[in-house]
Amino acid sequence: MLTNATNIHTQTLSNGLTVLVQSMPWLRTAAFSLSLPGGVRCEAMDRGGLSGLVCEMVQRGAGPHSSRDLVAVQDNLGLDRNSGVTAAMVSFGAAMPAESLRQAIELYAEIVRRPHLPQNQLDEARMMSLQELRAIQDEPTHRVMQRLRELHYGDRLGRSPYGTEAGIGKITQEEVRHFYTDHYHAGGGILAVAGDVDPSQVIDWAAAALDDWKTGESLPLESRESGECYEHIESPSSQTHIGFAFDSIPYGDADYFKMRAAVGILSDGMSSRLFDRVREKRGLCYTVAASCHSFKQAAGVFGYAGTTPERAQETLDVTLHEIEHFADDLEASELERWQVRIQSGLIMEQESSASRASSLASDFYQLGRTMTTEELESIIEGLTVQQVRDFWVARPANEYRLVTLGPEPLSFPQTAANTR
Amino acid sequence: MPEFRETTLPSGLRIAAEIDAGYSAAMGYFVRAGSRDEVDSESGLSHFLEHMMFKGTDRRSAADVNRELDELGGQSNAYTSEEQTVFYATVLPKFQDRIIDLLTDMLGPKLDPDEFQTERQVILEEIAKYEDQPPFGAFERAMEVYFGPRGLGRRVLGTAESIEAMTADAMQNYFRRRYRPENIVLAAAGNLDFDGLVEQVEKRTAHWSDRPQPPEPAADDEQTLPAGIFLDRKLSINDANQAYLVRMGPGPTATNDDRYAARILASIVGDEGGSRLFWELIDSGRAEVATVWPHEFIDAGAWFAYLVCAPEDIDSNRRLMDGVVQQVAVDGVTSEELQQAVNKAAAGCIMQSERPGNRLFGLGSRWLTCNEYISTDETLQRLRALDVDQVSQAAKRYLTQSGEEIVAAEFGSVNDE
Repeated sequence: MLTNATNIHTQTLSNGLTVLVQSMPWLRTAAFSLSLPGGVRCEAMDRGGLSGLVCEMVQRGAGPHSSRDLVAVQDNLGLDRNSGVTAAMVSFGAAMPAESLRQAIELYAEIVRRPHLPQNQLDEARMMSLQELRAIQDEPTHRVMQRLRELHYGDRLGRSPYGTEAGIGKITQEEVRHFYTDHYHAGGGILAVAGDVDPSQVIDWAAAALDDWKTGESLPLESRESGECYEHIESPSSQTHIGFAFDSIPYGDADYFKMRAAVGILSDGMSSRLFDRVREKRGLCYTVAASCHSFKQAAGVFGYAGTTPERAQETLDVTLHEIEHFADDLEASELERWQVRIQSGLIMEQESSASRASSLASDFYQLGRTMTTEELESIIEGLTVQQVRDFWVARPANEYRLVTLGPEPLSFPQTAANTR
Repeated sequence: MPEFRETTLPSGLRIAAEIDAGYSAAMGYFVRAGSRDEVDSESGLSHFLEHMMFKGTDRRSAADVNRELDELGGQSNAYTSEEQTVFYATVLPKFQDRIIDLLTDMLGPKLDPDEFQTERQVILEEIAKYEDQPPFGAFERAMEVYFGPRGLGRRVLGTAESIEAMTADAMQNYFRRRYRPENIVLAAAGNLDFDGLVEQVEKRTAHWSDRPQPPEPAADDEQTLPAGIFLDRKLSINDANQAYLVRMGPGPTATNDDRYAARILASIVGDEGGSRLFWELIDSGRAEVATVWPHEFIDAGAWFAYLVCAPEDIDSNRRLMDGVVQQVAVDGVTSEELQQAVNKAAAGCIMQSERPGNRLFGLGSRWLTCNEYISTDETLQRLRALDVDQVSQAAKRYLTQSGEEIVAAEFGSVNDE
């Protein structure tokens, strides 16, 4: 199907940093993603927000560059950049005109290896973190989904990358320095590059910039078993915002794509079950969706619907009913539509170096290896409707974690699944 | 280098395409039907009609439309603005004929009364959804105050009052008035067969000229406010943690050559990383957002400023923001700043141009409103040709004029001046 067969070069440096490169010579751009195991999981419980603050501090000057110099160099190289923390990792990345890649790799090696961590800017960085924290508290969807993640994954794995006001307030310069020293190293790190590049050249540049960096251990991810629960957050909002989650299987699981197909048939596209039956047929809401989320060992399906309070209970009941009865009338054409959607997405991913670099990094983190587009395509094509149905029947959605935000709480639906 | 081709069909419908040999093809109908084309009783109708286009035709049920869009994979959607409604899809090249058949059919909607009633609820939910999201209607209010509550100031979603009062007949009339071939452009970008496209569209749209043309609706009474519209400069939001300030003043129009200088000026003053406002207000942790940007309409232009911070800091931050803006207006920009902003914008332009799905929108909107094609390379040339004087002049022109200011916050915590 694909006109350009994928060839991914993988090289693990002596210090444990893995370099992944895919050449896409039909593009004018290149992109990289550098992930290190300094994510939220490394924070002490009472220092929520430390990993994010360190991620900000390392970018406030590094090597020969002041904070302002760094931004000027990045802009002049044309870097469309991003950075951030997840439970597992801290990541830095950028897309750019391909000719800027070498300097970009060298620059980010300075940032992660020789940051100034300027003490006189800690309070400013702290204020920045507090601004972000306050801003997301004004987003009801975010509040609901964040609380849901905490209930689903537990206090450590599910905690917010934005931290807490108390945690951010207490962080000292010493703690920033220790966090950086302990958790920024090559061990378990991933540098993924895609675009109009020569892979052997990229591996040479990466080795020159990062091969002599120290190595280290990365902490395991701790997850917590949780069960059915419901929390309501009272708010004078116009809509009732509903978030729900249930257990699922992680990306590396042999059955993962059966589950992914089922959730896709439920929620991807305008003919998907939830969009069609909750919104289009009943007009209950504007937004209704479900998606899969996965860590290495833990996973969940997370769903959201927003609707005016008087119709919120019906929206919740209908949504969970559709999930519960998913397998009853599953048709082959629904799987086929999802397969075409994924196949189109994979082909169009060839148009974006940033999208491909981030898939390389994510596959390698989750699976410990890369997956070519062709391999993924053949797994998707091989799925049958019987497999998807059998999977859903064998692993029904149950033990819902439910969070609502709005003027009034809802009643927890008594579905067959959670009364079993 | 992509190839540009265009044609006008006998009906007046225009087709514009930028063709290359990529992995995908993007196509969309761009229609001169936006909130500025509505009268009071039609407020929100362009957008409501956009939703109804997915609700079935003589050849397809609502479910058929959604199912076929999904069968063709890719990404498809629609949006409505003050000046246009757009229906688009990005698909694999092999699906060109099928997606054109579907999109073209969708532009002849059935407007079924039962579907109309159900969709009315979805629109009311969409309005409620945005009421809960920052900046809690402050942009709509700024547009209403700056342009007046009609024309460009009319809110795209309408109000709960106007949507509740809407009738299917009014929609039918509006459709027939605005969705005429001379008001429509089919734009396409990517790997496509242009001649096949033209032939197919000509055949499928020939009857569009035969649609009856209803009379223009009665003009609004300019002395009254439309239902559900208020013009207070302060929006009181229960439970808001941050304060949201939106300012609007004049900016270049879509046909004014100043627009390139204005975009670079906005980057120097207000870009997310590395701009003057960034260093003064964001890097220092004083505000969460402090930015500016120009917005070009066909015959008008606006310059926006947006500040988000703790309610108690809004007055001090407003002063800092004013100081930064005034300094640029008086002293102009430096050559280093210009170089940095141009390099950044040029790289952004190259990256953005890689996907036909991204190129489609500039191509279609420009052809619809100005009958003009501007290639990526021409945009790059125009950006690289800018000099310090042009950008400094733009600062003098657009940053020294007063405008309107809206603040959304939980009042009580914001100091009244």
